[in-house]
Amino acid sequence: MEFQIFGIGILTWIVFLPIVGMLIVLLLPNEQKNAIRWTAATVTGLQLVLAVVVTMIFDRTALGINDSNSFQFVEQFRWIVVEAVPWVGKIEIMYFMGIDGLSVLMVLLTALISVIGVISSWNIEKMVKGYFALYLLLVTGMMGVFVALDFFLFFIFWEVMLLPMYFLIGIWGGARREYAAIKFFIYTFVGGVLMLLVMLALYFSVAYTNEAGEQIHTFNLLHMMNAANYVEGSILYGLDTTWRYVAWLALFISFAIKVPLFPFHTWLPDAHVEAPTPISVILAGVLLKLGTYGMLRVLFPILPDATIFFMYLMASLGMISIIYGALCAMAQQDFKKLIAYSSISHMGIVMLGMAALNTQGTVGAVLQMFNHGTITAMLFLIVGVLYDRTSKRGVYDFGGIANQMPKYTGIAMVAMFAALGLPGLSGFVSELFSFLGAFDSFRWITIISVTGIVLTAAYILWTVQRVFLGSLSDVHKTLPDLTGRELLMFIPLAIIVIFLGVYPAPAIELMNASLSHLVDFVNGGMP
Amino acid sequence: MGMDSLILFSLFALFLPLAGFVVLIFFGNRLPREGDWVATGAVAVSFVLSLIIMFSKLATPDSVTATWAWVQMGNVPVLGGLTIELGILIDNLSSIMLVVVTLISLLVHVYSMGYMQGDSRYGRYFAYLGFFTFSMLGIVITHNLLMMYMFWELVGLSSYLLIGHYYEKKSASNAAIKAFVVNRIGDAGMFIGIMILFVHFATFSFDAIFGAVAAGDLPFASQAWLTAAGVLIFCGAIGKSAQFPLHVWLPDAMEGPTPVSALIHAATMVAAGVFLVARMFPILTADALLVIAYIGAATALLAATVAITQYDIKKVLAWSTISQLGYMILALGVGAYAAGFMHLVTHAAFKAGLFLGSGAVIYAMHAALHKQHDHQTDAQDIRNMGGLRGKMPVTYWTFLIFTLAISGIPLTSGFLSKDEILAGTLAFSTLNGHFLLPLTAFLVAGMTAFYMFRLVILTFHGKPSDKDRLSIIREAPGVMTVPLIVLATLSLFFFYSFNPLGASSGWLYQALERPASVVPEAIGPIAASVLYQAVSSVHTLVMILSIVIAVSGLAFAWLVYEKRSISADKMAAAMGPLYRGSYNKWYFDEMYQAVIVNGTLALTHISNWFDNRIIDGIVNGAATVTQGISKISGWIDYMFIDGLVNFLANFTGAIGMRLRKIQTGKVQNYLVFAVFGFLVIVFFFMAI
Amino acid sequence: MVFPEWLAEPGLNHFLVVSAILFSLGLLAVISRRNIIMVLMGIELILNSANLNFVAFSRYGALSLEGHMIALFVIIIAAAEAAIALAIALNIYNRFGSVDVEQISELKE
Repeated sequence: MEFQIFGIGILTWIVFLPIVGMLIVLLLPNEQKNAIRWTAATVTGLQLVLAVVVTMIFDRTALGINDSNSFQFVEQFRWIVVEAVPWVGKIEIMYFMGIDGLSVLMVLLTALISVIGVISSWNIEKMVKGYFALYLLLVTGMMGVFVALDFFLFFIFWEVMLLPMYFLIGIWGGARREYAAIKFFIYTFVGGVLMLLVMLALYFSVAYTNEAGEQIHTFNLLHMMNAANYVEGSILYGLDTTWRYVAWLALFISFAIKVPLFPFHTWLPDAHVEAPTPISVILAGVLLKLGTYGMLRVLFPILPDATIFFMYLMASLGMISIIYGALCAMAQQDFKKLIAYSSISHMGIVMLGMAALNTQGTVGAVLQMFNHGTITAMLFLIVGVLYDRTSKRGVYDFGGIANQMPKYTGIAMVAMFAALGLPGLSGFVSELFSFLGAFDSFRWITIISVTGIVLTAAYILWTVQRVFLGSLSDVHKTLPDLTGRELLMFIPLAIIVIFLGVYPAPAIELMNASLSHLVDFVNGGMP
Repeated sequence: MGMDSLILFSLFALFLPLAGFVVLIFFGNRLPREGDWVATGAVAVSFVLSLIIMFSKLATPDSVTATWAWVQMGNVPVLGGLTIELGILIDNLSSIMLVVVTLISLLVHVYSMGYMQGDSRYGRYFAYLGFFTFSMLGIVITHNLLMMYMFWELVGLSSYLLIGHYYEKKSASNAAIKAFVVNRIGDAGMFIGIMILFVHFATFSFDAIFGAVAAGDLPFASQAWLTAAGVLIFCGAIGKSAQFPLHVWLPDAMEGPTPVSALIHAATMVAAGVFLVARMFPILTADALLVIAYIGAATALLAATVAITQYDIKKVLAWSTISQLGYMILALGVGAYAAGFMHLVTHAAFKAGLFLGSGAVIYAMHAALHKQHDHQTDAQDIRNMGGLRGKMPVTYWTFLIFTLAISGIPLTSGFLSKDEILAGTLAFSTLNGHFLLPLTAFLVAGMTAFYMFRLVILTFHGKPSDKDRLSIIREAPGVMTVPLIVLATLSLFFFYSFNPLGASSGWLYQALERPASVVPEAIGPIAASVLYQAVSSVHTLVMILSIVIAVSGLAFAWLVYEKRSISADKMAAAMGPLYRGSYNKWYFDEMYQAVIVNGTLALTHISNWFDNRIIDGIVNGAATVTQGISKISGWIDYMFIDGLVNFLANFTGAIGMRLRKIQTGKVQNYLVFAVFGFLVIVFFFMAI
Repeated sequence: MVFPEWLAEPGLNHFLVVSAILFSLGLLAVISRRNIIMVLMGIELILNSANLNFVAFSRYGALSLEGHMIALFVIIIAAAEAAIALAIALNIYNRFGSVDVEQISELKE
């Protein structure tokens, strides 16, 4: 399927609109703060409209994953071609984009969270121009990762995100922002380096033969998924070789850092606590999903043999993340840090569901990625609202907010109970399928993981009690309830959370075909 | 009536309370009387619809099912395509339960209009009541385990909201959290049980699962897994129905408004557990049922021993609820299915009545204490009451009827159901020798009569603790007494069976015929026909025994508290540690606090410490080490490599400084040098 | 008239010796005189010694008329050079109030 606007493919529009916005923002004078804000809002708004259009006309039956013919909105051009390099032959790097059932929801989520992030950034006053320029660059990076189908392109977008994020935390963050920014940067960079190594190893191992009969080394992800394209005698040739396991582990670690899985998670609490609210929202809402998305897009189908070999490792790490994250969350007194740890716990569920390598588990995992994006975005916005008003975010600093800010409390309850996995809200559905899928593959790991839902209930209700219930202290008697702008960012998310909780079928239909195909493909080994 | 309209009616009955909830949440503040009439009206319509459903259902033997696809997934390995359905199942069990739930809920709504008057969150309270009713109805009419679990959790949420209604009080919010979290522990077990069944059968539907098991397809081809699934699903019931060892949330739940207690204890939350066991009955193996029976008996005994020594009027009732729930679970466990479920129905009426009656007493006490400007005296402590009989006649007489019913005195509904339970238990033990079960059951029957009459006597009879207060105590308003009268009528025998001494001929007992077990015969429960035969052989004996025991318990309470011929204090002193244990609820709360709560908290601190010190320690340590190495390499760079470069530069510079002296800037000097140089070259060449 | 033998037939050497003396005098003036005018005059001497050489070589050596031509050329150049040099000297005088080359050392600093 193709869809073009002014002769340029819709995915290019979606990915590069923010860059256009960034250029406009850079041209505007620094004093025109509102013009800058409106530019960012317009650009991300347009991006959201395009993402919705894509979702609407998306063909739900197309398989995608490793089949280049069933990807949709494909744009494929030769980008960098180097003829006849000694030893290597011809090098081809493609500008290759397309989406399938795995990425379509992620594109929608990214566009949605980006708009909400802009709305939530409205009252940032420090260096507005620089802020929005970096913000828009970040959006391009995130969106690019979700649509790229060439490993080189994927990697470039992956690294593009890093820089704006570093500055957004390091300049607009809280007290320990420099520490947090550097920690984030180094962690992610280590992941990036590992990914680069594996990418090169894959590159030297994979070559396809074109129409002219030339052997061409390529970064094309889809070619990498085809066992026939592996050059005999190359490092990753064959199945179940040591090097394939090593490559799997390296790539896994690079994605696990982003997820983040225990024990690669400690950048997350610091980054979340120090980042300004909108950046926390982006971080939790989209960035964490890149890790699990990368696993499904790159790791699983390219190295299926190693994936099956390491199934239990993934499930165990998921289990540990679920329980350990919940335990750590319970110990926190900083509201933001608490939610950061709860993210680790919830992303553990994604990992567990994915590791099961069956449709229920994978569908649950991808749905959980989307739901966690919306729910955690809400939770961070909720903390942000209190922080804007009082400059405090300790859970013990509040109490009795329920009476003072009823609308706010209502919204917060929806988000909190969704995070707790209450049926009728979206978190439940995805957790349900993740666990159902996981139980099919791992009995005891899943049974232990299920105890995590008790811990989750405990820390969430305890937080609700400390912040919202009880009696109101005098200093908080003047807190205003939500403003129109704040409602504007909460209500769409709340509607999505409730709708997908009651009727998740539309979301599941979008990804069912692709994920079923992915599971078949991985379980079948390399065809 | 057509089947379709039955489904339509049940959907309306289900969603009307939810609609009430939505209206009240969004528009409650703008409606007159904060919209209590919307919620009450919605439940009233639900009740009428439920009645229609029940009568039309009982008229036919067939059950009605309707399903809707909720989620479809394709190409699931091993399972093929997968459709998860939501659906409604109307059979005798659910149609009777529908009526019970909506009736009690309606009465609680009406009663609350009086009891909750002037509350700061009056509208919110009614909204939550509606939501509670909706969640419970969902459990009742569902045809699959998934919806059961979903509504199960929603019941947890609504109980959380209502128990925490007075959330400014720390104890109330604590109780709300406790209720939710303790329930979640049971739910986790239930969830695992559901996973076992789903993963094997690829469906949540009761019919499909039962059908598959009946065809000999056991989960993972193992009888142990089937038993495990049954016991794990029963864990959900342990939580919701407050069975030992998860009973601790229920007494604390008394922090909620009293009508909420009535709703939770009679019709909604705790009944869900019993309902679940009844629903799952066909796949429960003999082993699973035995576990269930023993847990029920243990709960009944444990709670009865605690109830004897409590002084808070609501706490006594709370413990009696736990005890009665133990009875129901015991009955289901021994296979006396109809008896157990019938006890749920009869108990719903009289326990709701008891709570609403106690609410009336507390309401009157509050009003009186308020007039006296007394804010210290506990309005719920029965030691501060006494002699209320004359001042509150309606409350007293209805309360007495409820007490007779719960004690199992003939002519009441309670006698009918309890008698059947005792008979079933005894019959069960004669068949396989578990004599501990009937022994416990009879003991608890006596204790129930004793502590309930202790409550009645201390509250309504005897000397008033304060004459002035008694003189200003008034009967509760009509909106509160009418529900009491309705419930008192429903606690009499003729609603359930025209034979006051036997339930088995009554319509309810007949309607609740035990479903056939689908598990393989070798591991299945005792067949219904065998059990009924044993029951009929012990029935007369049990009837006489139960009457004797109930009356003697009653008489003993009369002697101790009315006649005061036996001193309660002396008895307590003689019992010593037993009394203290009972008074302190056998220290369960303290034990859980010390072991589970503090253990978890300690674990959270350990995790946090691990995260900050070990993992982050490694990360930061790596950073420090890198920094150290970089410092060393920086030093080397500075000292040696830069040193060499700088040395060359300095050397050149120094020479330059010397040489610059000859650069005088004077042309004549340069010329001299040039000539001199020329001459040197000339001489040089000439020398050659 | 009778000349001594070394004078009887004046040859190339004679011219060269005169030229060398002229050159040396000019060089001495250029190097040792402080007055810029004197330096200029020294330069003129050097130029003229070169001219002498050209003419001499033209007369006795292999060169035919080229030597004369170059000598003429040098005279013209010397005239132009003298004019420019005098103009510079004048300007230096205006600027520094002196024509002493020892004092004119701005380039050095």
